[in-house]
Amino acid sequence: MSDNATIPSALHALTRRQFTAAAGAGALAASIGLPARSARAATPLKLGVLLPRSGHLALIGQACQRGAEIGLPMLRDLGYTIELMNADTESNPDVGRTQAEKLIREGAHMLMGCFDSATTLAVAGVAEQKGIPFVVNIAAEPKLTEQGFKYTFRNFPSAGMLGKGGLLLYKDMFAASGVTPKTAVLLHINDSFGMGMLAGINALMPKLDLPFQIVETIAYDPKARDLSIEVAKAKAAKADFVMTVTRLNDAILLVREMVKQQVDTMGITSPGSPGMYDKQFLKALGKYADFCSVNIPWFDPKQDMAGVLQKTFEKAYPDESCDLNVGFSFEGVLIAADAHKRAGSTDAAALTEALRATNLANRVMLGGAIKFEANGQNMNLKSAVVQNLGGKPTVVLPTESAEAKLVFPAPAFKSRG
Amino acid sequence: MDATFFLNVTSAGLLTGLVYGLMALGLSVIFGVMRVVNFAHGDMMVVAMYAAFLLFTKLGIQPVPALPLVAGGLFVLGYLLQRLVINRFLGATEHIQFLLLLSIAIIITNGVLMVFGPDARNIQLDASFESYSVGPLVLDKVRVIAAITAGGVAALLWAFFRYTTTGTAIRACADNPVGARVVGLNVEQLYAVTFGIGAACVGAAGCLLLLLVDVHPHLSSDYTLLGFIIVILGGLGSLGGALLGGILVGLSEALSGVLIAPSLKSMFSFGLLILVLLLRPQGILGKKP
Amino acid sequence: MSAAALLSGRGPRLLLALLAALVAAPLGVGDYALSILIAVLLQAYLGMSWNVMMGFAGQFSLGHALYVGLGAYASGTLFVHFGTSPWIGMLAGMAVSAAVGSVIGLLGFRFKVMGVYFALLTIAFAEFTRVLFDHWGWVGASSGLVLPVTNRASDDLWLLRGSPTMFYYLILAMTVGGFLFSRSLLMRRIGYYWQAIRENEDAADALGIPVFRCKMIAVAVSAAMTSIGGMFIAFFSNNLFPESIFSMHRSLELILGPIIGGVGTLFGPILGAVLLTAMGEAFTLMGETIGIDGVKQIAYGVCLLVILILKPGGVWPWLRTRFGLDGGGK
Repeated sequence: MSDNATIPSALHALTRRQFTAAAGAGALAASIGLPARSARAATPLKLGVLLPRSGHLALIGQACQRGAEIGLPMLRDLGYTIELMNADTESNPDVGRTQAEKLIREGAHMLMGCFDSATTLAVAGVAEQKGIPFVVNIAAEPKLTEQGFKYTFRNFPSAGMLGKGGLLLYKDMFAASGVTPKTAVLLHINDSFGMGMLAGINALMPKLDLPFQIVETIAYDPKARDLSIEVAKAKAAKADFVMTVTRLNDAILLVREMVKQQVDTMGITSPGSPGMYDKQFLKALGKYADFCSVNIPWFDPKQDMAGVLQKTFEKAYPDESCDLNVGFSFEGVLIAADAHKRAGSTDAAALTEALRATNLANRVMLGGAIKFEANGQNMNLKSAVVQNLGGKPTVVLPTESAEAKLVFPAPAFKSRG
Repeated sequence: MDATFFLNVTSAGLLTGLVYGLMALGLSVIFGVMRVVNFAHGDMMVVAMYAAFLLFTKLGIQPVPALPLVAGGLFVLGYLLQRLVINRFLGATEHIQFLLLLSIAIIITNGVLMVFGPDARNIQLDASFESYSVGPLVLDKVRVIAAITAGGVAALLWAFFRYTTTGTAIRACADNPVGARVVGLNVEQLYAVTFGIGAACVGAAGCLLLLLVDVHPHLSSDYTLLGFIIVILGGLGSLGGALLGGILVGLSEALSGVLIAPSLKSMFSFGLLILVLLLRPQGILGKKP
Repeated sequence: MSAAALLSGRGPRLLLALLAALVAAPLGVGDYALSILIAVLLQAYLGMSWNVMMGFAGQFSLGHALYVGLGAYASGTLFVHFGTSPWIGMLAGMAVSAAVGSVIGLLGFRFKVMGVYFALLTIAFAEFTRVLFDHWGWVGASSGLVLPVTNRASDDLWLLRGSPTMFYYLILAMTVGGFLFSRSLLMRRIGYYWQAIRENEDAADALGIPVFRCKMIAVAVSAAMTSIGGMFIAFFSNNLFPESIFSMHRSLELILGPIIGGVGTLFGPILGAVLLTAMGEAFTLMGETIGIDGVKQIAYGVCLLVILILKPGGVWPWLRTRFGLDGGGK
């Protein structure tokens, strides 16, 4: 049985209060383009949510789960009727596949998930076979939108898009700081995500006319327990700055080791990967986490909904970070709910058609209205430079969304009080 | 790449290797005496790491002073495990023993997962970010501390087997269990003590490793495998062999990371294992079976 | 043994009834139950393949994921790059796996690597290969190999593209085939030789049994059988990652069934797979009800431990004598 998610009523009340206080339900509802009292679709949409809530990706899976659930009261107030059916993929594609089948058998009208590329591909295969629409909250694997899947819709950049958006931002970074480094060393994790990013970066570097060169590329094992050798090698490359493509734990190991080996460069940056904006990272490294920057899709401070979501989240989970896992999972649910509303039914074909016609201007992430191309990819996604400043991930670029100014080059580790 | 760089990498590999060696000692002791291959080895170590983590975060005891406590706790765990469960499987075939310890491993890992959750935990000492500079060498402070302590614990263990009555009796059991029984030794008791000692070694190594790596429940199988590689390289059942194997693996990981590609370094360790298994199946310092 | 003798006794009759139920299953159960049945049969099939090497010939392998991976990648890459039928890919996979198995056997047996050491040698080869595939661009390296999936109306048996029902019958046929093949192996001379080696290798050698050659055959046959399972996994799951297909976890999972069911018996791997899957499903349900991570696996571990303490020889030998099910399976 999948445990149908129920948000504790206290949280619901809190969310509602918070929500009303922040913007006024009516005003926000209007900004989303739906009258709050609009007729509800007859049958609620049953959305099967597949996330790696246990296993080695559990940390991120649980963050995504919070993102999927936190917005439910808000969406209900906006007149959407949606129920979540949760399933745990155990960070294992085989489990993901059987769980997807189970959810469909138990009446899921649509699926959402799954964070890791392998599981997402497996579930996309099931969705394709069954003709059930599938919304990808997070997964950067390029193949997801290159296979000709008809039922898969992705509201997350592919590794290529992520790399391109991230690399282009380096130009803005150098322009903003007035410092232009000549060389970089790239450290990347050797897994599906890291390899996809590497391929993207290698293909784009010559085309984008960037002022710096990658002088050394160092791949490391996802299971690495200790990255001292990798960092020693990076130090020996004597590059002006460091680029990383990481997950979470390895990001911590990497930066801690750089501090130990006193690898002082202009900065530790990432063209688009998780890790360095995570609360775990900030907690583990303290003052040394500061000035690390990541170029990733982030919340759009100009969207009212983003502010409400962040406030609601911080109130409900003060110890967790409201990051892109939360944002994109929330958007995944929003996209599903919106398609259901427009389709006016839970029929798979109607839902798929509605998804294809999605045009959601009011969202929480940067990039403009959510729309899907013929291959199911949303191209309206934009990265921001998020730099840790004073222990908090802060948007520093693009200028129009910036909350603070970029610090580049970063001060040396030893000089930090 | 210059000589300083190599020197740095080599010394880091050497220091880590000593801690690896201590971890593998536990596996080696148990196999050498009982001929039981402890497939729950990495899981015991993860338990030790979490114990050290708790002692530090709750009571403020640093891993090195916490070492006797954790090792003591693991001794009791190992002793009981042998007495209550493993003892009745001593004569069983290898695959049954294997499955037995695998089920114990599953229970331990997931117990840890239940209590601590899946997040990686680490401890922050003042020394965590410090390093010694000796000429051109940059030595990581905690790595030096961990390696020296590991060497000390290994020396203590050696002295125990060499100079104490219990140690001698255990060696007698290992050489000839039937003979040991004939001369009136309590073999069951000695086996349990041995398993306890093996577990205590793992416990000590866990404390020290916490200084070097972050702990999370899924580390266990990696360390079980690593432990095997090390003891087979050095020779199952040989104390010096385990230390030597640890150092070899530490060095080979470091150097292959530099010379080939870091992500290939585990392949190098497995390659080394295959070579040693074929050319000298008893291990570098092992006796001919 | 004549056909009439084959069908006498309670065991064979029960077996036939079971088979009939399995053949009829897709008519009565939904897709989810079908996917569970597929998982059971796959585990049973892989368990039987391992059983040939361990159960019959007494050679302990802990690295069978290697052959699963080789079979999967051989058929998968040929299909992706050249559009080759998986049936041809399967033959390629069998050949490669048998060859690799033979190399490991040759090295291991020649250099007298035995027992636990041999098991660790097999792990080392599997892990070595995993890292190798992680870096091999042509097969997708660590980004994985993805087989094209299309939503098609009819089943294509030649290219193995189609519905779960087709895959169900395929794995059912493989399991029945594996069972009959194992049975025929045991009845041949090689089967008797293997069992002699398993019981006492020195004695077998003294009796003039070609020990080395017999052990080599066991490894090669077991590896080739396992690789067919790999081919099934490749085409059923449509995506391959070295990380998961060659993982030690898979090797371990693969041997649980036969050990719980009864190593060396014909029906043990099947019974073991059924028991383990039932346990897994029951505990998933329990875990979801309790809602704490890890409960499921702990319960699983405790169950394994209890079965092992109560029935160290496996459940099937006990059931067989308890209920007089002799005749069909050994």
